[in-house]
Amino acid sequence: MFVILTLLMILMIAGAVVAIQSKNLLSAAVSMGVVGFGLTLVFLVLQAPDLAVVQIVVETLTLIILIAAILKTTMKESKVEKSAVVIYSGIATVVLLVILVFVLGGVFKQLPDFGHPDLRMSEYYIEQGLEKTGAANLVASVILDFRAYDTLGEATVLFTAVMGTFAVLRRKGRKE
Amino acid sequence: MKGMTEIVKTVSKLLAGLIFFYGIYIVVFGHLTPGGGFAGGVIISGAFILLIIANGIDEEKIKGEKERASFLESLGIFLFWIISIIALCMGAFFFLNFLGKGRPLNMFSAGTIPLCNIAIAIEVSAALCSIVIAFILVKKGDNK
Amino acid sequence: MTYLLCSLLFLVGLSGVLLKRNLIKIVISLTIVEYSLFMFLALVGYKQNAFPPIVKSVAEEANYVDPLPQALVLTAIVIGLATTALLVALAVRIYEKYGTFDIREIRRLKG
Repeated sequence: MFVILTLLMILMIAGAVVAIQSKNLLSAAVSMGVVGFGLTLVFLVLQAPDLAVVQIVVETLTLIILIAAILKTTMKESKVEKSAVVIYSGIATVVLLVILVFVLGGVFKQLPDFGHPDLRMSEYYIEQGLEKTGAANLVASVILDFRAYDTLGEATVLFTAVMGTFAVLRRKGRKE
Repeated sequence: MKGMTEIVKTVSKLLAGLIFFYGIYIVVFGHLTPGGGFAGGVIISGAFILLIIANGIDEEKIKGEKERASFLESLGIFLFWIISIIALCMGAFFFLNFLGKGRPLNMFSAGTIPLCNIAIAIEVSAALCSIVIAFILVKKGDNK
Repeated sequence: MTYLLCSLLFLVGLSGVLLKRNLIKIVISLTIVEYSLFMFLALVGYKQNAFPPIVKSVAEEANYVDPLPQALVLTAIVIGLATTALLVALAVRIYEKYGTFDIREIRRLKG
């Protein structure tokens, strides 16, 4: 199980590197699809079937939107000349990433071991979930009964994002 | 927007009904099996988007669809809000699960959770269809 | 070790956001950063030799994976799709007005 997880993560990292470095925008979008479907397999290995169902459909819809936008506009990426600004920003980014690696390594030592989580907050949900709400799916009882405010906030954010998309992609504004 | 070839149109007609009913199954049994409102909502929107992309659609017909999608999205959120504010009017706190709990592992159990699942599925599916319709309706040179 | 691989995916996406000049590449790198965060949350809640958090029968041992991070990721996935759609809509409008996706050219051609 541990070996399968590591292999899937290495596949996702390889797909991400290809997506960022590729010169053709369409192949970058397809490589992003590899990362998304690899994430679905990771969710299945980590015993989370709810998340796998949502992720596979959302990944397909993201690919549809991205490829529609690329085909309407352009497919090539312009070339980068080697000037002083480019080299300076490259060195600065590498320094930032090295510092981040050290900081994250120090933080991950504080977390509990992988596979033995600290279930202080979820003990109540796991033991009392079936009696208090009557739902067999513990994730559904968490998002719709114990923490329903978060679901209300999520519905509001989705609504606002759709309104924003309509406002950006609108046809003619006022009448002249 | 032009449609695709005859084979794609026929196969999409067969598959879209199947996907739609699979989405409804995942929403209605969301409190017993993995799934729920969000997963079922995106699957239902996938059925409609398949029909739109495979058959192509012209401008006048899709304006009516856009109005209907906006109405359904607002209706979904309104239902969710009404279910939670009925509990407030009954004198208890917000989001109280007030219907009976029923026997566990039965379809009619778990109080208001199946109703909330249906409301959220209506909202999410209408929102995602609206986004894809808005991308189809974009024409060049509109926003000078 | 798995946490380090997850943070490596995060850093690859972050370097894409900082170094690339094409708007579509920036949107793709932002989505990769989001995926790494979802994976991290799912990794935190994993318990070894445990079952998915669905109760099969009433009289059974409670040995489930943590359901709380899964509930947090479930809404975040759908919100991520909506914000990606908004970003791509903005990118399409910028291309129509300026004729290019390059952010350095757009900064020079104001107005």
